[in-house]
Amino acid sequence: MKIDRRVIYLIIALAMILPFFFPMGLPIPATKEVKSVYNYIEGLTSNDVVIISADFDPSVSPELLPMFDAMFRHCLRKGVKVLVTSQMVQGPGLVEPIIHEAAKEYRKTNGVDYAFLGWQYGYSLVVINMMENLKQTYPTDYYGTRTDELPILRRVNNYEDYDLITSITGSSTYMMWLMYAHEPYNVPVACGVTAVSAADVYPYIQSGQFIGMLGGLKGAAEYETLIGEKRMATMGMEAQNWAHIAIILFIIIGNIGYIAIGRKKRGA
Amino acid sequence: MLWKKQIPLAITFIMGVILGIQYFVPHRISDNLFNTYVDWGIVIGIFGGILAFISFYRVHYMRIKKKAPAWPYSVVAIGVSLVMILFGFIQGKETGTVFSNMYFYVLVSIEGTMFSLLAFYISSAAYRAFRARSVQATALLIAAVIVMLGRIPLGEPLSVWKLIWPAAPSFADIANWILNVPNMAAKRAMLLGIGLGMMMLSLKIILGIERSYMGSGD
Repeated sequence: MKIDRRVIYLIIALAMILPFFFPMGLPIPATKEVKSVYNYIEGLTSNDVVIISADFDPSVSPELLPMFDAMFRHCLRKGVKVLVTSQMVQGPGLVEPIIHEAAKEYRKTNGVDYAFLGWQYGYSLVVINMMENLKQTYPTDYYGTRTDELPILRRVNNYEDYDLITSITGSSTYMMWLMYAHEPYNVPVACGVTAVSAADVYPYIQSGQFIGMLGGLKGAAEYETLIGEKRMATMGMEAQNWAHIAIILFIIIGNIGYIAIGRKKRGA
Repeated sequence: MLWKKQIPLAITFIMGVILGIQYFVPHRISDNLFNTYVDWGIVIGIFGGILAFISFYRVHYMRIKKKAPAWPYSVVAIGVSLVMILFGFIQGKETGTVFSNMYFYVLVSIEGTMFSLLAFYISSAAYRAFRARSVQATALLIAAVIVMLGRIPLGEPLSVWKLIWPAAPSFADIANWILNVPNMAAKRAMLLGIGLGMMMLSLKIILGIERSYMGSGD
């Protein structure tokens, strides 16, 4: 049974576009991996420091930017000190508008309630350096202000001052934080990954190396549900609903055709 | 030959052994050595970035000069990159600047679009290639469908058996079990194998047995 590829593409396009105009608004219950991250941040106080590392580029930003948005807003709402970094050169440009918008909404001040440290070349070497001396690793923030002049970093120097590190990444950058931040220094680490990579992270969650994980757009939508702010991810789940259903229907139709042809050949 | 082969091998061996031993030595000298290595590593990496920058322009310049196939795209690549660099230096990179707008409204859109094409390719591939040809393929197919249904909000209302038996697991519960039990077990086994393989490869590189990092011919 042959269906023209263009028909398949059209059905998928409609399955992803129409739900934005006709949303179903179904509830999105949180899984235990997402709840672990949420509960951990809920348990932090205004003296605690969370590092959110936006280790992704534009190709995976539709999945990961909502995650960053939800977590950053949660931290701002809790009054937890947030430091935003990135191990990917394109990361800071993606998250800067998100930080700007969230800070304006929550009336938080750069340098006092949060710090945007930007990107430094070095990848794993930057992570190792950060654990020993944050201000040496990031002498200035993203906007060029010296980090030793930022009030938020007055008492933040090294791994002893970090209460949680979250790596939001579309690649295996979370492994770098695990190997160089958690294992030698025992800093609690969580991760936000694409749906494709989520399956790889379960062994580390089960062993307790990661405190939790946000997996794909659904993970971001679950987090938005937990913080009570339905934004990009919840909207995106409407499209994901019907896209998955369409793909499953294609698989079923394809297999019905395959079985029917097989039976016909055996009958002949 | 000495510069291209023996000296890199010697540096790899010496640094590999020193840093391997350093990890287990809890002395201040060992820590200082490691911190120096990290600082040098960042500096050398930055010079590598400069090399990449020069290489990018050199490659595209040569393509334009030799009128290689699709050479006009090299003109675009060089032109657009220079324009972005110019605006970045003049106005900075904050939200609202030309650099930021070009990044957001051109680069992010293009990269997002390229990745979005995967959705269409996957759906076409799912229709054409996901066939229950064998027992294993059928098991994989069923697991894939359950996980796909478990990862969407519609999975809960589609678990119609819960109307008769409310305590039964839904698609989401079954998907979570698949990810947390058989998937986790298989991934852990793979990670153990990968970890052992990485250890062996690292030893081979340090000892000079594996030389692929030095480029072709070795």
